[in-house]
Amino acid sequence: MDLLSNLGLGFATAASPENLLFCLIGVILGTLIGVLPGIGATATIAMLLPITFQLEPVSSLIMLAGIYYGAQYGGSTTAILINMPGESSSAVTAIDGYQMARKGKAGTALAVAALGSFFAGTVATLLVAIFAPPLTVIALKFGAAEYFSLMLLGLVSAIALAHGSILKALAMVVLGLLLGVVGTDIYTGTQRFTFGITAYADGLSFVALAVGVFGIAEILRNLEGEQDRTVLGTKLGALWPSRADLKAMIAPMLRGTALGSALGILPGGGAVLAAFASYTVEKRLSKTPEAFGKGAIAGVAGPESANNAGAQTSFIPLLTLGIPANPVMALMVGAMIIQGIVPGPNVATDQPALFWGIIASMWIGNLMLIVLNLPLIGLWVKLLKVPYHVLFPIIMAFCSIGVYSVNSNVYDLYAVAAFGLLGYVLLKLRCEPAPLLLGFVLGPLLEENLRRAMILGRGDPSVFLTRPISAGLLVLTLLVLVVVLLPSVNKKRAEVFSESD
Amino acid sequence: MALSLKIAALAAAAAFAASTAFAEGYPDRSITMVVPFSAGGPTDTVGRLIAEKMSADLGQQIIVENVGGAGGTLGAGQVAAAEADGYTILLHHIGMATSATLYRSLAYKPLEAFEYVGLVTEVPMTLVARKDFEPTDMASMVAYVKENADTITMANAGIGAASHLCGMLFMQAVEAPIVTVPYKGTGPAMTELLGGQIDIMCDQSTNTAEQIKGGTIKAYAVTSPARLDIFPDLPTVAEAGLPGMEVSIWHGIYTPKGTPAEANDRLSAALQKALADPEIVAKFAELGTAPSAAADATPAALKAKLEAEIARWKPVIETAGVYAD
Repeated sequence: MDLLSNLGLGFATAASPENLLFCLIGVILGTLIGVLPGIGATATIAMLLPITFQLEPVSSLIMLAGIYYGAQYGGSTTAILINMPGESSSAVTAIDGYQMARKGKAGTALAVAALGSFFAGTVATLLVAIFAPPLTVIALKFGAAEYFSLMLLGLVSAIALAHGSILKALAMVVLGLLLGVVGTDIYTGTQRFTFGITAYADGLSFVALAVGVFGIAEILRNLEGEQDRTVLGTKLGALWPSRADLKAMIAPMLRGTALGSALGILPGGGAVLAAFASYTVEKRLSKTPEAFGKGAIAGVAGPESANNAGAQTSFIPLLTLGIPANPVMALMVGAMIIQGIVPGPNVATDQPALFWGIIASMWIGNLMLIVLNLPLIGLWVKLLKVPYHVLFPIIMAFCSIGVYSVNSNVYDLYAVAAFGLLGYVLLKLRCEPAPLLLGFVLGPLLEENLRRAMILGRGDPSVFLTRPISAGLLVLTLLVLVVVLLPSVNKKRAEVFSESD
Repeated sequence: MALSLKIAALAAAAAFAASTAFAEGYPDRSITMVVPFSAGGPTDTVGRLIAEKMSADLGQQIIVENVGGAGGTLGAGQVAAAEADGYTILLHHIGMATSATLYRSLAYKPLEAFEYVGLVTEVPMTLVARKDFEPTDMASMVAYVKENADTITMANAGIGAASHLCGMLFMQAVEAPIVTVPYKGTGPAMTELLGGQIDIMCDQSTNTAEQIKGGTIKAYAVTSPARLDIFPDLPTVAEAGLPGMEVSIWHGIYTPKGTPAEANDRLSAALQKALADPEIVAKFAELGTAPSAAADATPAALKAKLEAEIARWKPVIETAGVYAD
């Protein structure tokens, strides 16, 4: 009954009129900022950090958390409407979500994303409340070898992200890996492929890459001809998911939530995998895998649930260990320290009202988001009616502001321009940008952990097999490889049989 | 000749007028404080705490701008090239001194590109280990490390990071080569230490204090000259038999070269006032550190510190042969 009294304390804290207000402010700000292309939660929280000085610690953290998951919601909106993902997770939503929008089902896609996120948020919040300490133990079992195997699994799965040629998907993953190499090698301090530009010493910006290859490329494509231009503007279609749509999203939502919750707790970049992993799983399990990439509901519901579940459970390492799982969590640590609360293993016992208040506010915030967002869908969809000659310059302006605001680095803007062109070329070549993005995100983690595992293992590669979690992940990787190659194997078999007949 | 004299006289008059106008009005608009690291990190936290208090005294808002990247040299370079009008200031830590040697092609010269405002704080470091690491005190730990040098691993936050420098000093002190494992920042390194994937690490008390209190890691010594108030039982490195291993992450505030002395003095006065504020003292204490004394929060003290630290780390870094570019 400890849990009930704790949750009671949490809800009592989070439901005070003041905290409710800050939660609401947080989610509204987050949604608005998330909807602005290119401006993500990191930049927003960094900008708003000084404001929180004046607030009570609980209120300020509730507000910041609200901005965080509000921005996740908002980020999906731009991904669906204008193919402009602000974070790695919404890059997956963009694949099928944007296709749905092009078919005139933007409203349905937004509703599916919102419902999936809410469901996942609710489940993940419960998980955080009940299982935070034991889950932490699992997260700590992940060393370099385990992360390497996990990233390998993610990369192999990335091939399944593509619809169409496996060869092209592979090429995109490799291109992503190469782009990920840019920057300072942490083991030797050597700068790789920076061409002497110190602004790239920490690597290329993910936001710049995502905005470029997805958003800018899409704008360029739309500028090509009158015909394409009218596609989005004329048909808006049904706003709400039909009963069949709802039925189609239940299973992906459940699986996405489970995957996202599990991967979200890993502090070393596990959360970025969640949405990608969910997409791969859904495509494999689907009876109509050919629909993926052309506007499949499961391709939106699964990854959206996974990404939101991961966003919630990534609070676990922060709350139980004091360790930030991603840049946004690092900002939360900064906010806590400024408030005089140094995050560490004792936060739950020293500051129960704060700890449980934040957890309770997560659920309240998610509830607010869905109440807020469902009616807004109609409004967002109407945005598509804005003529392109008005919409595109606005998008470009916000992208530039957003990308610049992350690091105050002009070179990130040059990168957006270059990647926009690259993305356009890739579109023309019918190459998918999603595997590229995944390669870019996972490549550096893969290399870093491979080399670290080898250093820790004194150069003995067997560490990957002798550690049980790592070995298990490698077996899974092998399985995925087999499954990916299976259809072609089957086809050949079928041919052989027909010949022998 | 006559013309150039006239111009010179005019310029001097203008400069004089500008400087008197300066003394009266400064600051009459908001000041940008560049923190050359990402938001939310320990340096950013120090910057934001101090910026808020200094704003109150100056009567103008100090806005913190994070210009992260390349070990703090991007942000420092930006300030070095900024207008020397007193409205752009830089908060940097020990990296200002080490980058002079670590980076062989810096766009600015650390000793020549800046004016000085003062020291802010010197954050001590702690020598910590995973919680089930065998040795119970510093002496037995040194013996243990020497004996098992080929199986022990030490984490750091990357080439040239304070944790790396501290680790180099430790290895010199125990005269044993230990395998070092770089991480991207101390956060991931701490996670691995908590999980027992790695044995020892040197990290600033800001990051380790709560973990030590919570018993999730073991502490052996602090690298400050005196014991810390929060851990009165934790010996200093000198007491524990490792003299010369003192290292602190000292923070200072700088302005671009050519910033009028009036502005630097005004900022310095605001800094001293902020550092004496009980709230700052209390918040710094929670981070395991203390504000610099008023005598250290001066342009002269910071200049001396930077010069001494550049001289101190140059041979250490060159001997190790590690460079960040």
